[in-house]
Amino acid sequence: MNGIHDMGGMHGFGPVEREANEPVFHAGWEARLFAVRHAMGAWGKWNIDGSRYAREIIPPAEYLRMSYYERWLAGLITQMIEVGLVTREEVQNGHPSPGAKKATPALAPDAVDRVLARSPSLRDVPVSPRFKPGDRVRTHNMNPEGHTRLPRYARAKTGTVVRYHGAHVFPDTSAHGRGENPQPLYCVRFEGNELWGDAACAREAVHLDLWESYLEPA
Amino acid sequence: MTHGHEHPHSHDHDEHSDVPSDAALRVKALESLLVEKGLVDPAALDAIIETYERKIGPRNGAKIVARAWTDPAFKQRLLDDATAAIAEMGFVGRQGEHMVAVENTPKVHNMVVCTLCSCYPWPVLGLPPVWYKSEPYRSRAVINPRGVLREFGLDLDTDVEVRVWDSTSEIRYLVLPERPAGTEGLSEEQLADLVTRDSMIGAEKLKPAGKGARQ
Repeated sequence: MNGIHDMGGMHGFGPVEREANEPVFHAGWEARLFAVRHAMGAWGKWNIDGSRYAREIIPPAEYLRMSYYERWLAGLITQMIEVGLVTREEVQNGHPSPGAKKATPALAPDAVDRVLARSPSLRDVPVSPRFKPGDRVRTHNMNPEGHTRLPRYARAKTGTVVRYHGAHVFPDTSAHGRGENPQPLYCVRFEGNELWGDAACAREAVHLDLWESYLEPA
Repeated sequence: MTHGHEHPHSHDHDEHSDVPSDAALRVKALESLLVEKGLVDPAALDAIIETYERKIGPRNGAKIVARAWTDPAFKQRLLDDATAAIAEMGFVGRQGEHMVAVENTPKVHNMVVCTLCSCYPWPVLGLPPVWYKSEPYRSRAVINPRGVLREFGLDLDTDVEVRVWDSTSEIRYLVLPERPAGTEGLSEEQLADLVTRDSMIGAEKLKPAGKGARQ
């Protein structure tokens, strides 16, 4: 979707400010939320693509007002309600609705390592990659309302394939419960002036990992 | 704000007041709801926080870099198949499933961003710093990387090629910084002490030995 999250190339956000000796979390609630979100993920009711989309649909003005972990909180609540783990009333009241069934078992502490283990997107499926390193490719001019990982700044642009990554889960369908549909994933290099015009600095390039259905031969 | 690691769970308040923030109250209420519904176990939450506050961090990445500097065969494996090479050192896990290492040289500077969200190689660098997740970095890293680097104090010569890596898939990127001058006699462990988190994102170059400041 053409959301505020897709901010590559925007102006006006000011300088990047680094913080010396930054803590992992800036407040206790950030740490608790981070953990709650991972523990809830263990129920297997959603995937990473759906989680990203749940944050992308936060209205733009709210998205910019929120801190990073406030977006996580909003996205998590959206997903939990969507899959029926909680109801909107329960979130508002802070207590289970009368008669709500108690779920068991929750993620146990000794199973945490398993939850934080690898969750690869590479799939061992037979595919015949259409492109190979060195090939010139052009991205589609596409503007889906749903989730996509082709940012606006890289649409309808021409680049060169530099690496083939194998077949990976396709976020555009996976985010919406329409299946993993693994397809070839490539790293594509775009020169700065192709993306940003002649005023771009020479000797700058941006690489993006792009699924085959975003691409056509150039 | 100053937050010591001794009290990781005690900062539920706004910076300038003793009143708990709205977010803190909402998260507390949500956690208690989920506990009451049997959906989360508080002890498991503690274990997750412990993992990311104490066990996983940029020290892991620094060890990889130091080994690549001292072991040419490992460096080659890292550049050929970073996922396997990093797994050799035991660093595996969520948000590091598929790794690619990109090497800085005197003529090539690599820099990693996620313009769409905040993708970052957790098993080797830990959780991302706020600046990496911020709008200014996400918006400008791709359109004006040299300008961002200048703000970070790194003014690259015009003949240096800047390669930005926008993390649009589950592939995660680790920058292999240049080994600083004057470090010839150092051990792998001493070298790891020189490697900063930001150098492995491509936000800075490492200073010659004796002048580096660990983040």
